[in-house]
Amino acid sequence: MINHYPALQIVLPLICAPLCVLLRRTQLTWLLAFTVTVISLGIAITLYGQVVQQGEISYAMGGWAPPIGIEYRVDRFNGLMLILISAIAAIVLPFARTSVAKEVDQQRQPLFWAAWLLCFTGLLGIVITGDAFNVFVFLEISSLSTYALIACSRDRRALTSAYQYLIMGTIGASFILIGIGLLYMLTGTLNMADLAARLPEVTQTRTLKTAFVFIVVGCSLKLALFPLHLWMPNAYAYAPSAVTAFIAATATKVAIYVMLRFFFTIFGADFSFGTMPLGEVLMVLSVIAMFSGSLVAIYEQNIKRMLAYSSVAQIGYITLGISLATTTGLAAGMLHLFNHAMIKAALFMALGAVVYRLGSCRLERMAGLAKQMPWTMAAFVAGGLSLIGVPLTAGFVSKWYLVTAAFDAGWTIIPVAILLSSLLAVVYVWKVVEVVYMRPAMVDATPVQEAPISLLIPLWIMVAANFFFGIQGNLLWQTVLQAARQLAGEI
Amino acid sequence: MAMLENPLLLAMLIPLIGGALILVTGKHANLREAVTLVTASTLFWNVFGIYQSWQAGQALELKLLETVAGIPIAFKVEPLGMLFALVASFLWIVTSLYAIGYMRGHHEQHQTRFYFFFAIAIASVMGLTFSANLLTLFIFYEVLTLSTFPLVTHAGTDAARQGGRTYLGILLGTSIAFFLLALIATWAVSGSLEFTRGGILPDDLPAPAVALLYALFLFGVGKAALMPFHRWLPAAMVAPTPVSALLHAVAVVKAGVFTVLKVTVYIFGIETLQQGQASEWMLYVAGATVLLASLIAMTKDNLKARLAYSTVSQLGYIVMGAALAHQLGIIGGAMHIATHAFGKITLFFAAGAIMVASHKTEISQMRGLGRVMPITFAAMLIGCISIIGLPPMGGTWSKWFLVMATVETEQWVMLAILLISSLLNIAYLLPIPIRAFYSTDPDRIKGEAVAIKEAPLFCLIAMMISASGCLLLFIYPQPLYELVSALFPG
Repeated sequence: MINHYPALQIVLPLICAPLCVLLRRTQLTWLLAFTVTVISLGIAITLYGQVVQQGEISYAMGGWAPPIGIEYRVDRFNGLMLILISAIAAIVLPFARTSVAKEVDQQRQPLFWAAWLLCFTGLLGIVITGDAFNVFVFLEISSLSTYALIACSRDRRALTSAYQYLIMGTIGASFILIGIGLLYMLTGTLNMADLAARLPEVTQTRTLKTAFVFIVVGCSLKLALFPLHLWMPNAYAYAPSAVTAFIAATATKVAIYVMLRFFFTIFGADFSFGTMPLGEVLMVLSVIAMFSGSLVAIYEQNIKRMLAYSSVAQIGYITLGISLATTTGLAAGMLHLFNHAMIKAALFMALGAVVYRLGSCRLERMAGLAKQMPWTMAAFVAGGLSLIGVPLTAGFVSKWYLVTAAFDAGWTIIPVAILLSSLLAVVYVWKVVEVVYMRPAMVDATPVQEAPISLLIPLWIMVAANFFFGIQGNLLWQTVLQAARQLAGEI
Repeated sequence: MAMLENPLLLAMLIPLIGGALILVTGKHANLREAVTLVTASTLFWNVFGIYQSWQAGQALELKLLETVAGIPIAFKVEPLGMLFALVASFLWIVTSLYAIGYMRGHHEQHQTRFYFFFAIAIASVMGLTFSANLLTLFIFYEVLTLSTFPLVTHAGTDAARQGGRTYLGILLGTSIAFFLLALIATWAVSGSLEFTRGGILPDDLPAPAVALLYALFLFGVGKAALMPFHRWLPAAMVAPTPVSALLHAVAVVKAGVFTVLKVTVYIFGIETLQQGQASEWMLYVAGATVLLASLIAMTKDNLKARLAYSTVSQLGYIVMGAALAHQLGIIGGAMHIATHAFGKITLFFAAGAIMVASHKTEISQMRGLGRVMPITFAAMLIGCISIIGLPPMGGTWSKWFLVMATVETEQWVMLAILLISSLLNIAYLLPIPIRAFYSTDPDRIKGEAVAIKEAPLFCLIAMMISASGCLLLFIYPQPLYELVSALFPG
């Protein structure tokens, strides 16, 4: 049984998705989705434990040996990613149950949960697979279901933003597909390990460089790297709140994973950072993202959009760490990938609770809200502190290692840029704090109650995670450091 | 369980537990205030116990977990921190007494929240004073900023919001942009953040780099209110007076200069600073702060604003003491932490007492007020003399050492600045009590005076304690001097 865990990780949620459609009963479908997510989390943790004890796991799908058959491969990095995705899903789902009931039409809800599980499957699949073409397949599964999830919202603007995301996402996926096609043309294989073995022979060909560029651009679109981030703010703002919390914490992170997988495992660090000027390009774009994203966030009045622009900036930190082209830089980027997932999940869940009561998250409507929803707003402040990077929060730990890594890589201007741009986070977080805590509520506003306990518990679990990984920062750091070493091939 | 008996941990836990109890007892005002007083006294008793065991040569240490690799959150007793902890925990008792009189006399809202965040702020000050490395210090430095923010904006008015914005913007901004940068740079070049006698910087670090790092630290510690990052302190005066008294004359600002002294002695080491004359530039910044802040103070008619600028100027003394990079300067600066604390808290107590009793905030309205509020203004007079640095008050000694340090290092410009600033102090502080006693209230002449009584009893007791402290520090400075000079054995 345990030998088949890699397959079960994907197959279980995949077969539950059509079951949701057949069940047609909202409560039952949710229960099914939640159960399978918790099982997935258990499987992910077991798999990671196996990797730590016995090294990489290779699983031949259907018994067809790689490189002919599809291989699932789990190492430390994607083992952690599997845990991240399923843990976020397991925490967001109880929240989503209450939140979605409010934001999605009753008759659509079973379909909503089916799409959710498909999206979940897709994300897990991208991460676990060891086959380049399979990455594309799962990417499409997750993307298509995400478009559907966004469009489920009652807000009609969600339709246009889902459409916008569809166009951009499809372009991105096509770029990745073209890149993979070129690789196949060059080597005749799609298995990642096999590709890695064969590519060194053809490093000088122009085709390989072209393939590399296609894949970089495709991934950058998917992960919303500046200036390819324009699909994100609307998608995040108008999707149902629970969807935003889930995809903000996972979808962009998985795209970063894909990028890293291609850079390090398939092309190899020497080609990516040596032959191709990836480090330089990525660094410049990341720094621009850090500043432009935060600056736009400062002037944004819709708080979901504000956080989306903040994500553009935060993704800049992650890619900045990668662009340093050192192991510590890579590990710092990975660390922020995990920490940022926790931060944004907490913040978007807090906003979800606000939307649940107010029906909106425009700043002026939130005036004086702290008196009416003290626990929700306290969670928002806690998440905001982590976003700023105040000590004892997860955000501080990632900032610390990012700055240290930049110093170690011999940069002095990059640390300054990182810290200066985090000042901008102070500005936009505090803009919200001032309004909710100190501005009196609008005269015509109807008073609201605190969010229901079913929203608050998952929210505060996520907040607690931020503090736990901020205080025990070393724990996650050692883990990602080993993952980074394994990925960069130092062990 | 053994860890729980560590007095260093208790120093942080006591105010935290007190804070929790304050929340629980919030509905019963008398009980809540009793909790505050008991907590404050227990804390001082505990800190005094640490002092005694330190004197007996017992080295207390405490190591908690590691948040980032290689740097534990750790605590250790050393002279500077011991001094600051004693001062802060003692004055918390006095301020708690005062706050009872003030908050009730002034009919402030949300008093439970007030006392709660006050306790949290004290807990973070305790963590800061005993921190054994720079990261631990930084963590508590930030917690202190955040926990005092609700106190600054207590009134909830537009002015409070504006003040709070400046407060948080400057303190958080400088600490992230400069302090954290300097901290990580130190970690990158020396591989350690442990406070070590003689400093931890590698010897081959070029002098300009040392100078730059030192500047980053001094500007980064925004709480030291070095110009041009001093604006938060006057802005913080929108807070209720007990906050201005304990936090913005003692705990928060002293946390700033305390950090400056710590960094000077234990991260750079005064020899390193002397060699490359790395602190020369910062000396001039400190000197300019001293003079300019005194000049601005003269223009302020609002009593609290004048006191705030006076604090900016006095903090400049301590930074100057550090930047002189001389033993005497450090000793003078450290003593000034204590003497200025007692003097300035007395002045703020008086300012608050006047506000409660007469609703007067502007100096020009206070003529003749000394006759109806004799105790308040007598205490104020004592505070003023101590701040100016005249005998028979404690401020004399710290200024003496600072002056000696400028002479020893032959910094004649700094000597001149110190002397001129003392004259300016006389000019902007002394007239306040003198006019209160000797001139007559113009309203009284016109027969329109409203009956004004002396301040509430609790306020008077607090003022008398802190004023006697000023006197005691003059007569009996030996323990203070011995504590501080333990920084430089032999």
